[in-house]
Amino acid sequence: MSTETTSAAGADKIRCDACPVMCYIKPGAAGACDRYANHDGKLVRVDPHIVLERTVSQGGRLVPFQAGGDWDGKIVHQPDIFVTAIGAGTTYPDYKPAPFIVSSEIDGIDMVTVVTEGIFSYCGVKVKIDTDRYLGPETATVRAQGEAVGHVTTSEYGSQMLSLGGVHHLTGGSKKEGRVTCDTLMDLSNCKPVELTIDGGAAVVVQAGRPPIVNGVTEERMRVGCGSATIGMFAKQWHGKVDEVVVVDDHITGVLSEHQAGKLLDIADTGIKMKGRRSTPGRYFQVAEPGTGWGGTNISDPLSILGPFNAKEARPGLTMLMVSTTGEHAVYYELDEALRPVEKEMPPELKFSVERIQENCEPALCTVLFMGGAGGSLRAGVTDNPVRLTRSVKDALTRVTSGGAPVYVWPGGGITFMVDVTQMPVGAFGYVPTPALVAPIEFTLRLSDYEALGGYMDYVRPLASLRDSAEIRPMRLGPGWRV
Amino acid sequence: MNRTPQIALLPDGQRLHLQDGPIDLIVGAKGRVAEVRAAYDAAARRFTGLLDELCAELTELRKAAEPARCALKGAVARRMHAAVAPFAGGCFITPMAAVAGAVAEEILGAVLKEASLDRAYVNNGGDIALHLGRGERFTVGLMDRPDRLGVMRTMIVEADDPSRGVATSGRHGRSFSLGIADSVTVLAKTASQADAAATIIANAVDLPQHPAITRCPANEVQPDSDLGCRLVTRDVGELSGVEIERALDAGASRARQLLAVGLIDGAVLCLQGKTVMVGTRGLDTRASPAFHARTLEHA
Repeated sequence: MSTETTSAAGADKIRCDACPVMCYIKPGAAGACDRYANHDGKLVRVDPHIVLERTVSQGGRLVPFQAGGDWDGKIVHQPDIFVTAIGAGTTYPDYKPAPFIVSSEIDGIDMVTVVTEGIFSYCGVKVKIDTDRYLGPETATVRAQGEAVGHVTTSEYGSQMLSLGGVHHLTGGSKKEGRVTCDTLMDLSNCKPVELTIDGGAAVVVQAGRPPIVNGVTEERMRVGCGSATIGMFAKQWHGKVDEVVVVDDHITGVLSEHQAGKLLDIADTGIKMKGRRSTPGRYFQVAEPGTGWGGTNISDPLSILGPFNAKEARPGLTMLMVSTTGEHAVYYELDEALRPVEKEMPPELKFSVERIQENCEPALCTVLFMGGAGGSLRAGVTDNPVRLTRSVKDALTRVTSGGAPVYVWPGGGITFMVDVTQMPVGAFGYVPTPALVAPIEFTLRLSDYEALGGYMDYVRPLASLRDSAEIRPMRLGPGWRV
Repeated sequence: MNRTPQIALLPDGQRLHLQDGPIDLIVGAKGRVAEVRAAYDAAARRFTGLLDELCAELTELRKAAEPARCALKGAVARRMHAAVAPFAGGCFITPMAAVAGAVAEEILGAVLKEASLDRAYVNNGGDIALHLGRGERFTVGLMDRPDRLGVMRTMIVEADDPSRGVATSGRHGRSFSLGIADSVTVLAKTASQADAAATIIANAVDLPQHPAITRCPANEVQPDSDLGCRLVTRDVGELSGVEIERALDAGASRARQLLAVGLIDGAVLCLQGKTVMVGTRGLDTRASPAFHARTLEHA
């Protein structure tokens, strides 16, 4: 990274002095050479290949390269260097060989990495949002800047799932819809925050590796379990310290005295009367509507889900803890002479149990998996008989990575893969006006296997040739890099 | 100055790669081994310092060229001016319109002074200066849009043809275009002439005031662009078949004028999948799927 060649000129533009042309470069633009660009007021090289240690994708340490400098062979051995496709460039369709086909020796075997940037019209992201808060009904349209970019799909454990992008939004709708979808996918994939609104639901700011912000409120924790599970986990800790516990949850609300866990501890009936539909003893469905209040319901007053206590079993002075599945909401009550719950200060040992619930909730995150299919034309950039590449991937002879990050290749036809965008280098994704996303994809295989599947042997370059031509830059760390 | 021009053989060991600032050249020479070596030495020697020479007169080079007067001093700068001068009377053009071709030509000239070669080319990002010995030919691949499925054509320049320059202009390249052509490829006597003419013809492929065309002042994108506040094409929406033909016709009639006065030997104009050819000698109109691997210089 050559940031030191910058000299300030004006508030936003910078003067590049990498060569005597001395371009004035606007923020976000590149100079006449397309090699240097203005990134937030800093001059950065944009053309080079990004070479990183393979260990990075496996959680390893990062070793910076110096552009134009000597490679420090003491730190890393050559076989560990991995060349990513970012900046490799591509054309569409890929009827010419992939821009860089690099060979290096790994374990004495001549390995080949075919490095290209794929243009994915068939691509999208799957977003997992760790929250119990209600984001919107299943199949509801998800919008960015008012344009439909995807939909709410089936929810998963403690998380709401969105499915965004795909060919219909990218190319099937209006021009604006395609452009906004492309921007949304690119920003999400590049770990930038994106505001999404859900028809009939919430507005949520999603950023890979960060907590979701639902209707302006940052989500902190994922619930420890459903209300019933929480009763099961903490019943012993509550035993003897409180007469009744209600764990409020949009899915299953748990009631200690009725729950199997309470019965095993001989906890006495309390005469509590729950609203909602009883599933099995101590487990209630639909105590309220979904929302952004207690435990993913729409309530702010927990007493609203209770009916009057039964005078046969209840008694004045009976104690009750009501708590949400994340421990974010909790109130302690005692019944008065008329058997009405009255809020009281929570005893320390119950406070402790609420904190314990909080502690057992994992930090809520948004995770973004990019999903794309390597089409026939992209594969043709790798070999003159594209289907052999697919077979080679299925036979595990060829390893697929995206920006050096491991991918999951979906079984079945084609090469459809998923990758965690936080594992990829910063700025790994780009776009073309088609509109479609440009994502890096690398295929690594033995040189002999590459030849056998019809590879472009004339275009194989030794790794050393990349190093010498200064097409190398240090990796910047993104929000999700594990180092 | 903390730069060093890059001078290296490409990994094939055959072609020479020269890069300095925005200049990116690939030099290919065919002949006896010693001659090829002498050729590459000469190319590298001439290349070193060439960008500084140009930049010394950059302010002048970015101004509108005067048709009959040239105050420029450097050999390359004067060649740039000479290439654009025939157009300078009728429209705004700066010598920068011919910079790529003029540099290619300069390097080829330096090579041919030092070495006797069967065939040689200097490819400056698609603007190519050619040397063809007796019986030699040069095949150029045409791609109308790199980001779309497009018909591939090959163009063959024979030693007997007068053309020694090939250049492509259009809105997808590094430089701005005032027109909407995806690409205009021109054959001319020299690379600098081809470069200037390709710019002029690509500018003429246009539909003025059309709502689907997004334009923006050049200096809003590149503050020091030689085009100043002239509107350059940023995006072209989908056009109807009739509109595409109308735009291509406008460009083709400009190309025919240039052909008639001998400024070009031929041109291929492409817009949204449609192609028009003017002076088609040497053009192979068949799509050639086998073309993909071996003839492109920028693989």
